[in-house]
Amino acid sequence: MKSLLNAWSWLFLVLILGFFEIYAQTQTGNTFLFRIYNIQSISVAASQILLLALGLTLVIVAGHIDLSIAFTTGFAAVAMALVIRFVGPEAGWFTVILAMGVGLLAAIIVGLVNGWLVAQLNVPSFIGTLGTYGIARGAALIVAGGATVSIRSDEARVLGNGHILGIPIPVVAAVVLAIICHYVLTHTRFGVHTYALGASRASVERAGVDVKRHLVYLFVISAITAGVGGLIYTSRFSAGAANAGEPILLYAVAAVFIGGASLTGGQGTIIGTVIGAFIIAVIQFGLVFCGLPPYWQFVAVGLVIIVAVLVDQSKGRLVGGST
Amino acid sequence: MTTILKVDGLKKRFGGNEAVSNVSFDVNEGECVVLAGDNGAGKSTVIKMISGVYQPTAGQVHFNDTVLTGKSPEAVRSLGIETIYQDLALADNLDPGLNLYLGREKTRRILGISFLDRKEMQRNAVEVMKSLGIVVPDPSAPVREMSGGQRQAIAIARAIHWQAKLVIMDEPTAALGVPEQREVMALIERLKKKGVGIILISHNLPDIFAAADRIIVLARGVVAGERKPSETNDEEIVRMMMGATL
Ligand SMILES: Nc1ncnc2c1ncn2[C@@H]1O[C@H](COP(=O)(O)OP(=O)(O)OP(=O)(O)O)[C@@H](O)[C@H]1O
Ligand SMILES: [Mg+2]
Repeated sequence: MKSLLNAWSWLFLVLILGFFEIYAQTQTGNTFLFRIYNIQSISVAASQILLLALGLTLVIVAGHIDLSIAFTTGFAAVAMALVIRFVGPEAGWFTVILAMGVGLLAAIIVGLVNGWLVAQLNVPSFIGTLGTYGIARGAALIVAGGATVSIRSDEARVLGNGHILGIPIPVVAAVVLAIICHYVLTHTRFGVHTYALGASRASVERAGVDVKRHLVYLFVISAITAGVGGLIYTSRFSAGAANAGEPILLYAVAAVFIGGASLTGGQGTIIGTVIGAFIIAVIQFGLVFCGLPPYWQFVAVGLVIIVAVLVDQSKGRLVGGST
Repeated sequence: MTTILKVDGLKKRFGGNEAVSNVSFDVNEGECVVLAGDNGAGKSTVIKMISGVYQPTAGQVHFNDTVLTGKSPEAVRSLGIETIYQDLALADNLDPGLNLYLGREKTRRILGISFLDRKEMQRNAVEVMKSLGIVVPDPSAPVREMSGGQRQAIAIARAIHWQAKLVIMDEPTAALGVPEQREVMALIERLKKKGVGIILISHNLPDIFAAADRIIVLARGVVAGERKPSETNDEEIVRMMMGATL
């Protein structure tokens, strides 16, 4: 059934790609799909969404949510930029790597706070991470002095805009993290316990698993992938912005649900989330490609989310599922 | 027959309310002891004091030569006492194999990286279920798609696979239809044949008489009486449940 759901998302992705290809051929006589530039742009957009969505997938499979990632990304971006700026324009590789370490640490702190709130204090994750969403936002703006922290570092720019074997480095980073998250979710005990936690907390507790520790790990993983998103943002744009992740939160949540996850937890896959992220990126890029004002992408993504939920529900009805 | 479990003078107070006042009984190898009693008699509280969920206010539980009192639920489980709660605590979205192994999953290494061995766990689950007389139609399907009786069988299979010597079941048939209730009663027979001791909580008189080697009736936190099914009848058991003394 999981595979059926992925089949739906695959089909949908193929359909919208087909739609834009036909549109391009008939309206402009050009190809949409078979241009390196288009593929790269879509991949970079998808990888931006993915970095927030990957860790989020694990959290959602466990039956929780992490809204704070929007500003975990920004907090990490600003922290990295501040370290580089502090050292100055001569900052070499060592500084950039140190700055990235500090950025990740900033993200991990947010994850630890989330984990502590949800696991130890039993705060519902929606409320708890909404709280840290605000706190991380404030913290990022405060340390950035309310503005964007611009940096001058060739090393960082190479990281953000360079290529490995012709593939943009942000895409490589997202692919590597996606493979790791996929491995963790489908091939490790941690992954099984994450699915089981989403279905029945009692099942995991009685199996002798330390559920509280597990929850903390989940929120830290979510913070790390979102934090990497922030590091890449700072590297790409040579600036750390507190709101680097804010516009992506909706897309990240959407990608996870389009990919087959359910609000009640217990289902969802990394492959599904990857497809979900690509669906959104294709819509974003495709609508602009068609010459529509970019605001239409919000409407389109909103519609796709609703369709994804309807598919999820009808599937629940078909097999008498967990709803 | 060897005694495997000795429950000795258990008492449990919740604030001012004494849920269990004085309960003692034994369980022998391969024997099914039924705890019967009206709502609130203290049955669930007694078994939770055995499985380590509650610590008794007074009294002790011995399992073979070990004192259980003071041990955590995990410690009690690892000694070979498996408790099957009414909600079963299965992960509905996982296959029978993963449910069987939950918390103790099997892994294998490929190129130094550890992977879950789903196939092996599925194979073993199918085998244990077969020994309980249950055919698993699709070993890779989530257990949500199985019947209530089959799901109960997975919980019991877990006990067998991990070689439990005592299985405690709190109203295993309460939520089931009639055919599934029969399935579960048959499972209990098979468990007994394997030499496993059983404590069964039930409200259902026909079930009680079908499964029990001994019936222990609780009323308001004390043992109101103990009978062999062949030496008693429905009426007497009900009278004892309502609190009439021996
Ligand atoms: N955690 C608790 N805190 C306070 N009181 C409790 C607790 N657990 C049980 N009790 C009380 O102890 C008494 C015995 O409850 P118990 O659940 O053991 O009964 P039972 O025989 O299992 O009943 P039933 O057949 O309804 O399941 C009841 O009065 C109940 O309200
Ligand atoms: Mg009870």
